[in-house]
Amino acid sequence: MHAAELAARTSYGRLLSMLAVRSGDLAGAEDALAAAFLDAVEAWPRDGVPDNPDAWLWTAARRQIVDAARRHKTRDEKRHLLALDGELTGDDAHTDFPDERLRLLFVCAHPAIDPAARTPLMLQAVLGLAAERIGSCLRVAPKTMGQRLWRAKIKIREARVPFEVEPENLGERLFAVLEAIYAAYGSGWEDLTFDGVASQGLTSEAIWLARLVVKLLPDEPEPRGLLATMLYAEARAPARRSVPGVYVPLSEQDTSRWDGAGLAEAETMLEQAAAMRRIGPFQLEAAIQSAHIHGRLSGSSDARAIAILYAGLVQVAPTLGARVAHAVASSRADGALHGLTLLDAIEPLALRDTYQPYWSARAHLLEQLERRGDAANAYDRAIGLTEDPGVRRFLLERKRRLTP
Amino acid sequence: MRYVILVYESEASMQARSDPQHQAAYAAYVRALYEAGVGIAGAGLKAATTATTLRVTDGKRQVQDGPYADTKEELGGFFLIEVPDLDKALEWAARCPSLPSGVVEVRPALPPVA
Repeated sequence: MHAAELAARTSYGRLLSMLAVRSGDLAGAEDALAAAFLDAVEAWPRDGVPDNPDAWLWTAARRQIVDAARRHKTRDEKRHLLALDGELTGDDAHTDFPDERLRLLFVCAHPAIDPAARTPLMLQAVLGLAAERIGSCLRVAPKTMGQRLWRAKIKIREARVPFEVEPENLGERLFAVLEAIYAAYGSGWEDLTFDGVASQGLTSEAIWLARLVVKLLPDEPEPRGLLATMLYAEARAPARRSVPGVYVPLSEQDTSRWDGAGLAEAETMLEQAAAMRRIGPFQLEAAIQSAHIHGRLSGSSDARAIAILYAGLVQVAPTLGARVAHAVASSRADGALHGLTLLDAIEPLALRDTYQPYWSARAHLLEQLERRGDAANAYDRAIGLTEDPGVRRFLLERKRRLTP
Repeated sequence: MRYVILVYESEASMQARSDPQHQAAYAAYVRALYEAGVGIAGAGLKAATTATTLRVTDGKRQVQDGPYADTKEELGGFFLIEVPDLDKALEWAARCPSLPSGVVEVRPALPPVA
């Protein structure tokens, strides 16, 4: 990304977070900052760009908020917002801006906020992405996305969702933040065009957010675990599709197409996290990736170790994806029958039965058990459920190979 | 800011109302709310079967036996509290003795009419 664009992103998030944290009103802060940018478009060409553009924008946005507060009818809100005026009438040109973006991330992933709104809210508030862009990357109609964001922002203001996190809740709340960032990454990861070129989606935004959390919470291991997980995946991305865009599983990827520098950075992140000696789901996820990659690079995979890591992950974060992957990993250590038993135990059935990776895993295990008819049926279910043409081609080929 | 804690009772938590232990737990909860300076008002409600609903249909007042919303959980009571933010309100709501079998809803209240 262009340096100017990065700088703009950083100052947008920092200014917005300061306004939102102080007013308790994310929607109002966005309006005020947008108005300040409009003022700048008019004033800067006329009067010249100020020495400290951020301070200029800050002053203009703050004035917008205070004016809006004066227009407010209810005494309660007025008092609340006018407090901002008192607090901020200092020498703005020399204000040393505190970085409040962490608080903004926490409010976006607050448990009182609709989970479907958390990722988009973060992308919009911290990075300044437009609702249309977020909607198209997350495959939600722009109008629906706009309404979802609006409802969440109004709730923050009206229910007074706090921007602060009590220290005893930090772990739980941080998990929600990291989960929302990972969801942004996942959307981009799946978003591949048929010729094998990733359309990027939101992967770079997600990595940028993870780097930000690592910087703002340097003593927490889980942000590093998340960043490592995404960096491992990024490093393998070039090998994840064959030239015509067909999905290639990790065990068959051409390791010479992996990005060595990316893998090394991921490895460093994971080591730094592990040194803090507080294990968590994202570190486990990264450790699994690391073990897979070492297995491929050294030519001898430690199936037992990977199965144990997955068992740990399922214990702390029993998501559908983790449970399916655990079953497959266990089958490599203890046989296909054992893996199948674990797949059978996954609940709730309604979710499981429409989850493509479940059927792919099931087909794979049934194939190993030489139950060809059952395997073919399971491949059909997986083929019918996938949205990804590259995965579809891969599964069709697997199914074709079944017939003797 | 003021919030209302709406307590929805399950069948199990309705039955627990006659249990002296449950009553003691509620008494302690209410005392804690007021001693912390958080509680403003509140009341437990008699069973939904005792409710009467009014509505106006075509300009005519209709009186009907039963609660407005006939749901599995029934509205069993409410508290009006004053706390700084939603997290504090949720903290108090989480202590409500009708949990875990019941359901508790937290709603910000409009400021009092001057």
